[in-house]
Amino acid sequence: MNKKINKAWLVAIGLVAAIIVTLLLNLNLGVVRIAPVDVFKTLTGSGNEQNSMILFHFRLPRMVIALLIGAAMAVSGAILQSVTHNDLADPGILGINSGAGFAVVLYIFYFQGNVPDIGALSVFLLPLASLVGSTIAAILIYTISWKNGVSPIRLILVGIGINSAFAALIIIFQLKMDPNDFMRATVWLSGNISGTDWTYVLAILPWMFILIPFAMYKASALNTLNLGDDIAKGLGTHVERERRILLFIAVALAGASVSVGGGIAFLGLVIPHLARKIVGVRHESFLPITALMGAFLLLAADTIGRNILSPSEIPVGLVVSVIGGSYFIYLLSKT
Amino acid sequence: MPSNTSTDTTNPEQPSIVSRPIVATIILFGGLAILVLSIGLSIMYGASDIDFITIWQSLTQFDPSSTSHQIIRGLRIPRALAAALIGASLAMSGAIMQGMTRNPLASPSIMGVTAGATFMIAISYAVMPGSSNFTIMLWAFSGAALGTSIVFGIGSLSKSGLTPVKLALAGTAVTALLSSISSGIAIHFNVAKDISFWYAGGVSSIQWMHVQLLAPVAIIGLTIALLLANSITVLNLGDDVAKGLGQQTIITKLTGTLVVLLLTGAAVSVSGTIGFIGLVIPHITRFLVGVNYRWIIPCSAILGGLLLVIADTVSRMVNPPFETPVGTITALVGVPFFLYLARREGSGIR
Repeated sequence: MNKKINKAWLVAIGLVAAIIVTLLLNLNLGVVRIAPVDVFKTLTGSGNEQNSMILFHFRLPRMVIALLIGAAMAVSGAILQSVTHNDLADPGILGINSGAGFAVVLYIFYFQGNVPDIGALSVFLLPLASLVGSTIAAILIYTISWKNGVSPIRLILVGIGINSAFAALIIIFQLKMDPNDFMRATVWLSGNISGTDWTYVLAILPWMFILIPFAMYKASALNTLNLGDDIAKGLGTHVERERRILLFIAVALAGASVSVGGGIAFLGLVIPHLARKIVGVRHESFLPITALMGAFLLLAADTIGRNILSPSEIPVGLVVSVIGGSYFIYLLSKT
Repeated sequence: MPSNTSTDTTNPEQPSIVSRPIVATIILFGGLAILVLSIGLSIMYGASDIDFITIWQSLTQFDPSSTSHQIIRGLRIPRALAAALIGASLAMSGAIMQGMTRNPLASPSIMGVTAGATFMIAISYAVMPGSSNFTIMLWAFSGAALGTSIVFGIGSLSKSGLTPVKLALAGTAVTALLSSISSGIAIHFNVAKDISFWYAGGVSSIQWMHVQLLAPVAIIGLTIALLLANSITVLNLGDDVAKGLGQQTIITKLTGTLVVLLLTGAAVSVSGTIGFIGLVIPHITRFLVGVNYRWIIPCSAILGGLLLVIADTVSRMVNPPFETPVGTITALVGVPFFLYLARREGSGIR
């Protein structure tokens, strides 16, 4: 056990180092290259105006968002997998993301145009709308797949179905928008964080800072739930109550991420798998590692998306789908 | 209804071949009549409604100076015919796939066939812009083959074999993977607009040449499928039974796969991704006419054509004068059915 914990610390340190390196790399890469020396100068406050504009207004908020969303999606997937005893659970595959996406599209369609005065406030209401959508989707999926309990396979199949239904609804409403909003919604839906500024960071920061630590606080409950319902009951856990609380955390994390980052699938599926392989199933070390890995992967994916086909940007969701989809296929062929 | 009088109706435990030729005949002829009627309705309703007499006149005494006649002959008729052909092709390939793999979830959109075709078409737009329709169709065929072979490849690599759920999951993953790469290509080569227009699944831009491409493919597909029908019925009882009865299962499967690729590739190359028809229609047909594929295949074709023609007409009415992609309508019809299947099958299969 001790060895595992030591290993977890090592992995955590390695990941933090990797994140810092990617961050620095990210600061100097891009359409406008900024030399490392200038990056350093700008960060310490002695750079020129253009550089500090690019760094502080465009690159930095985007990277912070990538880190936050990556961590949130990964933790959300990890909780879903542990709570449903289902290795294939992921907010993207289950349709929770598209439920949130639909709510956001509805919100933009009905309110954005009508209430121009609130401006910045509307950005802060986005996560809320998204949360409502993701919760409704989750409740739908759970009730439809309920038949003397929820079998993992049924949950996934129902999720795939719900996903397509929301995707169709999204298209119908999207087409009612004017062309400008339409393009924006399309790019956003494929998982994109390029248009973010500090407002968005502020809008989701509170969610992340409450929900992720709360999830980690619940680590021991997750440990017992993961042993199976009977054992968990025997150990004195309120199984259903704990499960609902944890599911809600997972759904809320996914919803908040979608409101800013759009549909990013497979991240919540792949990261927990990798993390479990490295540090085992004790949630006290598993959850933090999952969060760090998720943050790192999304940041790396965004770096790739921004630079691989420069000057055109590939939405980060697509990059994650390619990486995550390949890993998922590998997993399928192994089992 | 004659179906109620037959004594050997649904007993899922019994592997006997339930077949209801009378119902099937009714569907074939009645369905065909309704199909013709709905094609007529589809021609009448649209951005501007056209009455029946004008339609008749445009057919019998065509007047090139009349706008209505132009619309009817140049736009509405090919569109309605193409919708019928596409629906029929997708439903037939779904029926063949489900019959061959004994997998209730098998269908072109779920198994990565459509995603593969989309992927290759995206590439063709990027590297050879302005290709002819025929070339695009060839790309779509190769893509359909690519998607299918990846999905089945993953399935057969896996240790626990090719289970229905595994195929569905592999299909989802491959679809996500290929469509992500397609979008990436589309963005980089700046053809996103062309592709997303086509990808959303629509029959709005169809012309006569598309019908000319689709019709022979659908007829060839139908003929081969009918020739295969008996073998598929036997195959549906299980590989061992089929082998025991002296069938060359490999040949049946290969020919069947080729037909599926042909039908799906042609449909996708014209209309983009239209989901769920290939999943839902074969199930409804099987429920109505029993499990004799000699009836299932032609009846699926009729019902599939009917569903898509109606869905296309509805798609023009949802948000006039704009068109809603017909794929969204079929998805909204198909999803409840998919959920029902998932609930019913999900407990038994793993």
